[in-house]
This record gives sequence, structure tokens and C-alpha cells, in this order.
Amino acid sequence: MSTPETAAPAETADRVGRSERRKDAAEKIRGRAQFSGDINVPRMLHGKVLRAPVPHARIASIDTTAAERIPGVVAVLVGPDLDDFDPYWGHAIKDRPVLAMDRVRFAGEPLAAVAAEDEAVAEAAVHEVLVEYEDLPVIGTIGEATAEDAPLVHDGELRPGLFHGLGKLPEREGNVCYRYRLDAGSVELAEAEAELTVEGSYDYPAVYQYAMETHTVIADFNDGELTLWASCQHPFLVRAELADLFNLPIGRVRVIVPYLGGGFGSKSYTKMEPITAALSWKAGRPVRIQNRVDESMVTTRRHGMRCRMKTTATADGRLVSRSVRVWLDTGAYADNGPRVCATAGDAAPGPYTWDAVHVDASCVYSNTAPAGSYRAFGAAHLQWIGEMQVDELARKAGVDPLEFRRRNLLRPGQPVRPDGTGKPLDADLVGDVEKAAAAVGWEEPKGEWTGRGLAVGLLAAGAHPVSRAGVRMEADGSVEVNVGTTEMGQGARTVMAQIAAQELAIDLDRVTVQGADTRFTPYDRSTGASRSTTLAGLAVQRAAADLRERLLDTAAAAWGVGRVGLEVGDGGVRGPGRGASYAELIAERFGFAGGELVGEGEVRPEQGSGSYAEGPVFWEVCVAAAEVGVDPETGRVSIERVATIADVGKAINPLLVERQDEGAVLQGVGMALFEEMVFKQGFLTNDTLLDYRVPRVEDMPARMQGIVVENADGPGPYGAKGCGEGAQAATPAAIATALADAGVAMTELPFTPERVWRQIQETKEAQLR
Amino acid sequence: MTEETTQIVVNGTPRELTVPARELLLDTLRDRLGLTGAKRSCDIQVCGTCTVLVDGEPVSSCTFLTCDADGREVLTIEGFAETAEFDEFERAFTDRAALQCGFCTPGFVLTLKSLRDAGELRGREDVIAGLDGSVCRCTGYKAIVEAAEALAVDGR
Repeated sequence: MSTPETAAPAETADRVGRSERRKDAAEKIRGRAQFSGDINVPRMLHGKVLRAPVPHARIASIDTTAAERIPGVVAVLVGPDLDDFDPYWGHAIKDRPVLAMDRVRFAGEPLAAVAAEDEAVAEAAVHEVLVEYEDLPVIGTIGEATAEDAPLVHDGELRPGLFHGLGKLPEREGNVCYRYRLDAGSVELAEAEAELTVEGSYDYPAVYQYAMETHTVIADFNDGELTLWASCQHPFLVRAELADLFNLPIGRVRVIVPYLGGGFGSKSYTKMEPITAALSWKAGRPVRIQNRVDESMVTTRRHGMRCRMKTTATADGRLVSRSVRVWLDTGAYADNGPRVCATAGDAAPGPYTWDAVHVDASCVYSNTAPAGSYRAFGAAHLQWIGEMQVDELARKAGVDPLEFRRRNLLRPGQPVRPDGTGKPLDADLVGDVEKAAAAVGWEEPKGEWTGRGLAVGLLAAGAHPVSRAGVRMEADGSVEVNVGTTEMGQGARTVMAQIAAQELAIDLDRVTVQGADTRFTPYDRSTGASRSTTLAGLAVQRAAADLRERLLDTAAAAWGVGRVGLEVGDGGVRGPGRGASYAELIAERFGFAGGELVGEGEVRPEQGSGSYAEGPVFWEVCVAAAEVGVDPETGRVSIERVATIADVGKAINPLLVERQDEGAVLQGVGMALFEEMVFKQGFLTNDTLLDYRVPRVEDMPARMQGIVVENADGPGPYGAKGCGEGAQAATPAAIATALADAGVAMTELPFTPERVWRQIQETKEAQLR
Repeated sequence: MTEETTQIVVNGTPRELTVPARELLLDTLRDRLGLTGAKRSCDIQVCGTCTVLVDGEPVSSCTFLTCDADGREVLTIEGFAETAEFDEFERAFTDRAALQCGFCTPGFVLTLKSLRDAGELRGREDVIAGLDGSVCRCTGYKAIVEAAEALAVDGR
């Protein structure tokens, strides 16, 4: 395998840097694109899950007799069926049983699963499984979980999962399953010297990703081989976890990924795959389980959070220190909580120069539904808080917030982590925030109850840098890109095709990109952390370059000439005075109209282990500006303008970059104004889309502008780096700072009319006192 | 279980279907007829991803009984995609990348078609009002609204 510097296509920037049409558009618009729920496997049964109606209880007895008697029921799976092997899984912490074994830890936890000939029968049978519970005390909040002598959600030692990626897991302290600390300088000394101080406590709610396609899995466990069609973002990690769980060689587990109806992190790592596989094992036939929305809401969600933060500055507006304490509610099982916690800790200082920083972040178990990944996790939790404090210090110092940021923001090449570890800053944040400010008319006059705000942040992106890819050219010169990236709407298949087409100088419509099938597709760690264009894209670029080498070698051998002067172009190889199409060259090589040529590409850590501490692969830029209006009578907030920055190094497909950020803005508007999962004593009380409102078309900001910044400063192909998450962290933060600028400084998301109205009254009362 | 025999014209083809009285149109389309363009998501008529047209009116097939379609015409995205009129919708969405995961897209397209047929797709205000029952989590709506506006202006 090689990545030659020479012999690249003569006409560069032809196929990348262009807003090519999505390759999946026709299938999707015509309703022909296949999602997991559209697939029927011969002899397939339908599975339904019995979920616990109580948040914390010992299971006294479980009786499946009545359910098994129902005609059409093929299998009923309960915890004791799994006694013969270790039924625990979890990529970070192996704390989660396939089904509740002896104890229920959250309302909605799977207790039993039924496989039947049709869905209605399965549903009816689920309700005939009789369970007796002995209630246990419920830990419903972070406060209850961290109270002294709090009952434990998990007893015993925590076992690390296969992919926690965070070094040695610390010992559990009470209900704290992971703790991230960062210290640089002495905060105590720095605070004593600083003239200006801002301090506050903040609350962030649990929210639901709402991928419109709920978690859907088909499993076929047959003769010691397990095949799955799954709505999963990380098929290779799912494969490894299932192999580990069911004691199978990795190669005996096959995960096939059709199109995903949205992901946003909700389908990262393993979710409904273990229970579906176990049910297929028990039934001896393929089974499909498709969650309802209320089931997906308790399958994974975003972490709720409490935070205390204190930031100081000098009287003339130089930032001095920041001290942050964070508690994240990961629910009954860790899921991706440890990583979310570390990323939140990483985002807590914000992208500024400090004399001293102290961060202490805890990931806490409770008897609520497990929390995992959701777009821009960690950064979304912390940015709005940090940026509100920066603005308040700017106000106290009498410095314009934009100028204040210019003075204090990190510059490219400076260490991002205050302790100097990890990747230094790889972006021009000052330029970014200036562009965003200009786009919302920063200098323009504004009326009463109107505010403008800025938000700047960074998100550790890329996850573990391992991606491989293959590019195969068929005898007719057409190309297949084999890459593990999951197409969940972001446009990955189009972008990967553009990269391969560029390297091979062929038309985009000659390139096909399919979803992952782990039996054939080269390994890719995951689709998430904004990593695919950067890392999998780089693997595709290298694979295509490798294939190009083989084509050039083939031409040189066929023509009996050296490689010098040969180049690819117009779908073939050209040399001095001669040329041949790829199809002609392949026919020449194999002596008939068949055969193929394959290139391979690999990305792996360039130094060290690629661990979290050494990373990230790049810092994703989270920059936005907003203008809001507030109705003081009703507390209603209207979002007049939002500008976001997609600082992508190089936009392989500029239109798709813009579209990513538009989606992130609306999700950010939901986070800012109304999305909140309401848990009461462990019960989720708003588990329908009527009660849990997601943004609709009427919620679009009056003006939205996405600005694409291309400084070629990314580690991916053509200087690219990932996007799509930054705007999700930055949008609510810019809305928060804009609202504070309008006179309403909030400390709890979402900013509902009631909360905003109350805050206005409190501010008025405080002024009268 | 009570079964009912219903006569439905699906995408122009008359069908006689004997289905349980409680069967939902979405299940009939997806499981019996293999028309999987309409998707299931919210189950309660909020998200619009299961939208099909019954006698030209958009309905949420997740909450519409198959037997209530008796004697009526059902148009799904698969049927609409076969018509000449569809090309314009396809171009409007494709040119603007007004789709991402694609799960909701057929519902949006059919809703817009019904609005346009009813003369209620005259501009941005109509678009905002008419798409109130359609949720998209990926796009942030901006591109969809632009596509819809193009259909309104180009259309009639």
C-alpha cells in the first residue's frame, strides 16, 4: 500500500469541492431506500419486549406459562434463560444484562421478550408474562444519587468494556461510575488575584435524539453464526461486543447496515442488538424487533446535568481562571457516559487562555433510562454555561463581547487543554467568531428586549483513529468504494464517492458506495464524533491512490514503458503519445473482459495509542451567533437570526456541509427552547411526540445563515475536517448569550416561556430591592 | 378476530383485501402490499412520516383503518413516483439536497403534492402552514421549504 505524491489526476478540484447531487436522493425520494424495518428475512418472527413498569425493584418471580400458551408464540425469553453464560455487555462498562436478571434498574428496562408469528400476537403475549416485584428505593435524581449513604444502583466492582478508551477505569465511588479531572495552575491563587468573578449553578435536562427511524434490528442466530441487519452507527463495535457476549469468533458475527433513518448518536455503540440476538437464539428463527418511540426514548437519551461554574478575569478584561464541577446523570447503565463525561470535562474550560483551570466531572448512575451519545455531547452540555460567564465578565469589564473574545481566545498552535496535553488548536477561532458576529449584524442598533449573542467552543472529535477502506475497479472501469461509514443522512456515500472519483479521475456516476456488511467491508471504528469524512474519507483517498498505482503499473507493463510520464485522467491512463481506458487496461492485464483491481487504504494512530488523552484527531469548531427577541409579557423567545460556522478545512461537498449545520441549528433550537425529558421518581412522564415536542417547520429561525470556512487545516483528505456537531453545541449557547444580552440570564435549559417569564420577574424584583 | 373485505384502489390498481377490522392502513401497505415508502415513527399522527393520500387528502396511515379506505383511492410514494408530475418534485428536492436520511421524505413529498393539487401551495406562508404536520429531524427544514417554494412558483 502506498500514497504516492506524484501521478495524481491532472485536473484537481474537479470532483471534490463541488456540491454534487446526493447519490442516494432518487432512492430516498421514491421511497425505495431500504431501512432495517423494510427488510423481510425468510421465516422471520416478530419480537416484542416486556419493559419494567417500575424504576427499581427486585424481581421476585417471573411466569411465562400463559404467554407461551398463546397460539403463534414461538419463544419467550427471560433472564434465567441466560444463566449459562455471562449476559452482561456495555462498551464502556460491562454493567448491562441482556434482560433484567434479578433486579430492575429503570422503568422501561427489558424483562422479557416474545417472538411470534406476527406483531399483534407478540404484543398480546408480552402482557401475559407475569412478574412480581419487590420495590427498592428509587434514585431519581443526581442529588439523590450523590447523597451520602445513597443506595447503590450497582453493587460490586465495575468491569471495563471492550471500547471504553479511557485508560484504566477508576474505582466506583458510590454511584459515580466515572470521574474526569483536569488541573492546571492553582485556581485558588488565581481567583485571589482576579478582580472580576462570575459564579453560578446550572441545570441541563435529559433530551431525546429522536431519530425518526426507531431502533430496529433483525437477528438470525443459526448454527453458531449470528447475522444481523441493524440500524446501528458502529457495526464493527457491535460485532465485537456480540461476539464477546455470545462467545463467538468475531468472523461468525455478521452485521449488515442498511440506510439509517437518522442517528445523531442514538444508534451509536450497541443498543437493541443483544436482546434481538438472544431472542433469535431462543426461537431458533430470525426475529425482528422494532422499538416504538416510547421504547427508543428509554433505550438511550442525552445526559441530564448539574453544573457549578466560576470564572474570573482582571478588571481590564483578561480571563484568569475557571473552576467547574459537573455531574452527569447516565441513568441505570453507563452506556457512553464515561466518554460523555470526559468530553464534557474537555469542553468545560472553553477555548481561552487561562492562568489556572480546575475541572471535576462525575458520571453518576440513577434509576432512570440509560444515557449515551447525542450530537455534540459534552460540548452541548457546557458551552452555553461557559459562554454566558464569559459574556458576564465582558459586561463587568465594560468590553464588547466580540472584542473580549478576540483578546482571550486561543490562537492556532496553542494548547487547547490547559494542562498542555493532546492536540493543539487547529483552527482560526477569532476569524470564525468575527464572521458569525458580522452575519447577525453585530454592530447594528437593536431595540428593547432584543439581544445578540456569540458562542465559541471546541469539541474533541474523531474518536479512535482507525479506519480502513477498499476501492475496487471492475472490468468495465466502474468502481465500488467499500467503506464502513453508515449513511444516516449526512451524505457520507456521496462524499466518499467524490473522493474516489477525484483520485481516479472518473465520473461520479461510475462510483458506487454501499452500506457496511462486516463480512466484506474493511474495518471502520465508527460513524460518529464527526469522524467519517476525516478518517474514513482519508482511508478511501488512500485506497483510491493505491488502486491508481496498480492501474499505472498495469499500463506501464502493458506498454513496456517506465512509470515516468504516466498519469490518470478521463477515466484511463495517459502517457506520452498513447492512452487507454481503465477497462482496456484491465482487459489487457487479465487477457479477457473480466478480473478486477483493488486498492486498500488504512488510517491508524500516527503516534502513541490514539487514546483519548493523546487525541483528539481534530478539534471541531463550535461557533455561532444569534439574535433573539423576548416578549416580556409571555416570556416567549423568538429567534430572529442564527449564523453558524462550519470550519471544515475543505468542503468536499459545500452544499452538504451547509445542510448539516441547518439540521444542527434546528436541533439546537429545540434544545434551547423546549426539548426536555421529564422524569419523576424515575418515571419518564412525556414519552410521546405530543408531550415531547421536537422542532417543526414553524420553529425555523427567521433568518439562518451557514458560513463555510475552508482553511485547509484539517487532518483529512484535501485538508478536510469534520462538521455537523459544532453548530448543535453553539446554537443553544448563542441563544443563551443573546437572551442574557436582552436582559434575561437563564440558568436552566430549556428556556421555556414560563422559565423566561419567571426570570424576568425575578430580575425586576431584584432591581426593586 | 373480525375480518373485513375492502375494495381499495392502490396506486391505480384495484385491490380486494380481507384484513382484520383493526388493521391499520400503514401495515396493510407495508406488510401485505410491500409498499414500504410510508414509514412508521410516532404512531400518533404527529410526525407525518407515514403520510399517504386517500382520495387526494393526506392521511396518517399509522392511525387510519384499512377498512375505512373501502371504495377509495390510495396513493403512496411508489405510485406517485411513476407519474410525470413527480419529476418536478424529485428535481426540487434533489437540486437542493432537501433530504438527508430520507425517512420522512416521501411523507413531505406527498403532503406537498396534496397542497398543490388543492391550490394551497402559493408561497412561503402556505408552505409553513401546510407542513405543520410533517416532522424532519435532519434538515432543519430550510432546504425543504426552499424546495416547496420552488414547487409553488414553478407549479401553477
